[in-house]
Parts: sequence; structure tokens; C-alpha cells
Amino acid sequence: MAIWLTKESKVIVQGMTGSEGSKHTRRMLAAGTNVVGGVNPRKAGTTVDFDGTELPVFASVAEAMKETGADVSVIFVPPAFTKAAIVEAIDAEIPLAVVITEGVPVQDSAAAWAYNVDRGQKTRIIGPNCPGIASPGASNAGIIPADITPGGRIGLVSKSGTLTYQLMYELRDFGFSTAVGIGGDPVIGTTHIDALKAFQDDPDTDAIVMIGEIGGDAEERAAEFIKANVTKPVVGYIAGFTAPPGKTMGHAGAIISGSAGTADAKKEALEAAGVKVGKTPSETARLMREVMS
Amino acid sequence: MDLFEYQGRDLFERHGLPVLGGGVAETPQEARAIAERLGGKVVVKAQVKVGGRGKAGGVKLADGPDEAEARATDILGMDIKGHTVHKVMLAETADIKEEYYFSYLLDRANRTFLCIASVAGGMEIEQVAEEDPDRVAKVAIDASKGVDEAKAREIVTQAQFPAEVADQVVDIAVKLWQAFVAEDATLVEVNPLAKVGDGRVLALDAKVTLDENASFRHPDHEALVDQSAVDPLEQAAKAKNLNYVKLDGEVGIIGNGAGLVMSTLDVVAYAGEQHGNVKPANFLDIGGGASAQVMANGLEIVLGDPAVKSVFVNVFGGITACDEVANGIIQALALLGERGEQVTKPLVVRLDGNNAEAGRAILDGANNPLVERVDTMDGAAARAAELAAAGK
Repeated sequence: MAIWLTKESKVIVQGMTGSEGSKHTRRMLAAGTNVVGGVNPRKAGTTVDFDGTELPVFASVAEAMKETGADVSVIFVPPAFTKAAIVEAIDAEIPLAVVITEGVPVQDSAAAWAYNVDRGQKTRIIGPNCPGIASPGASNAGIIPADITPGGRIGLVSKSGTLTYQLMYELRDFGFSTAVGIGGDPVIGTTHIDALKAFQDDPDTDAIVMIGEIGGDAEERAAEFIKANVTKPVVGYIAGFTAPPGKTMGHAGAIISGSAGTADAKKEALEAAGVKVGKTPSETARLMREVMS
Repeated sequence: MDLFEYQGRDLFERHGLPVLGGGVAETPQEARAIAERLGGKVVVKAQVKVGGRGKAGGVKLADGPDEAEARATDILGMDIKGHTVHKVMLAETADIKEEYYFSYLLDRANRTFLCIASVAGGMEIEQVAEEDPDRVAKVAIDASKGVDEAKAREIVTQAQFPAEVADQVVDIAVKLWQAFVAEDATLVEVNPLAKVGDGRVLALDAKVTLDENASFRHPDHEALVDQSAVDPLEQAAKAKNLNYVKLDGEVGIIGNGAGLVMSTLDVVAYAGEQHGNVKPANFLDIGGGASAQVMANGLEIVLGDPAVKSVFVNVFGGITACDEVANGIIQALALLGERGEQVTKPLVVRLDGNNAEAGRAILDGANNPLVERVDTMDGAAARAAELAAAGK
């Protein structure tokens, strides 16, 4: 078992016919993901061949769901069209929409989120600007490399893609139930707290790695949540201790504003909640090894 | 992107908000000309993207063009908290009766927007919030509904604006929201929003932050970039579509993925504590799926920084293939050599993940004495710091 994405998940790709979309559809298929089709209104009715797997292209998310029973959509459309793609997924009430696109205007992300709330939050949104979600050995929705680690009993939630890969790699002998990349934008759909709650409730996850970075106060709020609700061991890592204030460090949301959003404040909050926080990714992996052994 | 006050003022004016007449000058002569156009008393304000300029002597009154020129001479070139003043804004003066505060900003925690308004303006709002929290109204704005007249009334009532200015503030609240949305801002702040002698309410200052992710739908925003403040290396990196931030250390950093690169800066800084206190010289994320060419571009930028004494290339191949990265390093060194730019700085490379074995083999095969391969991130950071300390 895993959270949100399992062997049974049927995945469609919005933007499957684009260059990124087709590249990663091929990788997802190779990882054993049950990809059942794509969405592009201009190419509806055609099929695309992925090394022998013929995938149909549908006019809309709703049509794709009706025809295939899809319950997950991975979104690879360019930033200017991402809001419309998310709204389409929400309108179709697909249970999970994973938004990989980087560079989405924050007013678009906020508007899409408000729309989702107005419609009763029937769709879980992960991202934007995220690597997606992977349940190793079962399914892979996004761009997380599938061959780093086998399935196992560690859950991981992270703002960063490559730090996710790094930690999965360092702990590959244990394996992971699910790794969720929630994304580095200021406004995202699924938060650390959502993932922590799901891992806490997942009988197949024994311990949780939580990776954060400078900017905002999501980690501080996650620390409060852990203190009150999480009984499974949590090991944390925060990136950006040496980042200067006022500079955006790659991720749109990774910026220290005045004295808010520093790595030190986040580390302190997590430690106060009983979370062991590693100074480096390797130390974080070591702390998790101690928990798991 | 943060705007200067004069850019914010112009943006407010374009969106129909009440502002005073003004202009921006880069020389005392230009300041005189603007003062002549405005007529009468003017205020000369340093244009810096940092608070506290008034206390630092960056805001002065001038009684006519002669004094405006003199005050501009004083203020231009001043240093305010590490920011050199290259421009002054001249504005008409106002007979201020009351000062208020008004802003819209992104509320990350609630994934929406927030209005902060107060009748205690003219000072730092954080200070007011601490000393007199009842006088600061915080009103959540639903991103799908925005601010219409009814919402604006709610804000005005909650912030307890006096009845005689309520209608004007409602109008300003609606127009300011429209500007916020139309320009893809993440912050618009008016402090002070002032009631002046004739009863009008005016925006006397403007602080605006624009969302750079939205620049594709605002071609006009490019002109707002302050070229004088852009680091030449950052500019060169931007021209090559690289995500680069100049820092002030000696170890050049190249990695893939924002989180991993931030983490690399930290690990290098910790290692530097043992090695002459060297620090990271830059942030450079070559991104997912980086090709050999992107790697070469990145290396060229980092080696172009004279402060750099060693370079740490830290790649975890997810989408990025490590053999591509290795080829990029070898190609970049050859390319720079052909141009006669002799590379003398040592490179420490750590490759893991996708095609790491092939990448390591390429580096080992190239047998370049400047390139050293280390297996772990912590070990490589320590080695890069050690080499930088030796090169200082």
C-alpha cells in the first residue's frame, strides 16, 4: 500500500503530446505506471505510440475519465495554460491532479486553488512546480526517477525534487512506500501537513522523511501538526541555512523575507516538535537509519 | 521583482489611483527641471529598495528649484544600508492631516490574498501590529471573488477609517485591487495613505512587488528592471537562461535542482568552517535534464567570477544524465582552452544517480589534472573548500 497513488491508479497525461509530456509518459510507462491516455483537444481521436503501447488522446479530462476510468492526471502544459488545465481537472472531479509545470504565475495558482475550494475540494492537487508522486514498485505519476529505490516502509514529503532523489538514493536499501514532491512555489495544492497526515494513517508507512527549505512558514506549521498528531518517527531536513535574505533561490517560493522564512526558525520549530533534523542530506539519512534499525 | 517608489507611483497613476505629481531624476540638473515643472515646494526622495531612508537622511524638503538641485546633489550617491542612491524622486508636497496604511499581499499559508489596513500609518506596520494590534485590520481576500465595493466597505469598516474619508478609501481599495491583479503583483503597499488639507485621500508612497513568473504576459515589466543593480555575472547567466545568484564566497557551485543547490551551499559553508572560512561564491541550478551545452554554459559563468578559487559540481542525476554532465565539463574546459582562457581553478565533481557510472568513467578517462572526482557530497564539499582555501 501507499498514499494517494497505487498499483490500481489509472493515469492520464494533460499535455501528453508535447515534448516534456511525451518524454515523461514514456518514462512513466517504463516504470510500470498504468497510463491509459492523454488529453489534447486539438488531437482528440488520435493515438500516440510509446514503444508499442498505443495511448488514445481525448478532448477533455472528463471524456478521458469516462472512457478509461482514469483517477489521476499528470499536467505537463506550459505555464500560460496551466490554470485552465487545473480548472479542467477540477471540473471533471478527478481525484488527483499532479501539476509538474514550473513558472506558473502565483495569481493563477491561487485562483485555481480558490476554484477547487469553491467546488468542494473533490480533487487533490499536488504542485505546481513539483516532481510528482511515486510509490516505488507500484506507480509513478510525474518525473521522479523510478529506479532509485524499491518499495519499502519509509514515506517522504519534500519541496525539492533533487533532494527527494538524494534521500531516496541514500536510503535505497530500506525502500519507500510513497515519495511526494509538493513543489517549491509559494502557493501549492498539497502541503507537508496533508502528506504527514496521510503517512500517519497509512499502515504501510513506518517512518517519515520531511524535507523543507527557506521561505514561508509551511515547515513551522507542519511542526505544530506533528506535535499534535503524528506518532510515527519523523526525520527532517531543511535547505538554505546560508541563503541570503531577499534573494529567490531557484524555487519561486524560496526567499527569506525580512526575518521570516529562515532555515534556522524552521529547524528550531521542528526540533521543538520532537523531529530530528539533519544538518546535511547524509546526516538526515543517518538519522533515519537509526530510526529504522 | 521589487519596484522603486517612482515606478510604483507611475503604476498607481496608470490604474487611476490618486497620487501627487512627480518625476524621477538621475542628476541634480534633472531634479531642478522637475522642480520647475512641479512648481512651489517639493520633496526630494532617495530611490532605494530598502526601508528607513527617511531616518538615513534620504528624504528632504526643498523650497523651489535651487534648493531641489542642492538637495538632489546631497542625496544622489548617498549610501543607505548598503544601497547606493542612483535616482531621486521629486514630488509635490502635501499638507498631511492624517496618515493611514493600506496593502494587499500574497498569503502563502492560506493560499490566497490578504488585505492589511490601519488608520495608524506612516510607520512600520509590523511595529503597529505589535504595539497596537487592535488598530490593524487583516481581511482575507478570496482569490476568485476579489475586492468589489462591498468587500472594500468591509475592509474600511473593519479598519475603522473615519466616516469622512470612507468613500474615498473604498474607491482606492477597489482600484488598488484591480492594479494588483492586472499587474500580477504579489504586494502593493501604500504607506502612508494620507488625508491632506483639502480633504482628499492620496497615495504618498508606493511599494510594489511583481511576480516574475507572470512576466510572459507583461512584456512591459522588462523595462522596470533596475539594470544598474544587476550583477554582470547574473546578467550573463540570465542571457543563457541559467538560474544564477551571485554570493560573496570563493567556492563556485553548480548543481541540479533548487533544493539540492541550496543544500550544497550549506554543506560547503559548513566545510568552509574547517578550511579558512571559505564560503559559496554563487547559487547555480542547471535544472532537470541539463545537456552538455547547459553544463558548459554554467561552468563558463562560474569560472568567469574572479572571486572563485575552486568549483564544486554536485549533480544527482534524476532526469539529468550524469554522462551528459561529465561530457559538458570536459567540453567546457576544452572550449575555454580554445578561446585562450586558460582554466587554472580546480574542479571537484560528485556524480550520483542516472548514468553515474558512465559519467564517472568519462571524467576518469579524460584524465584532466584540474578535475577531481569525489564519491560523496560531504566529502566533495570538504575537498572543494580545502582547495579554495589553498587558492586564497
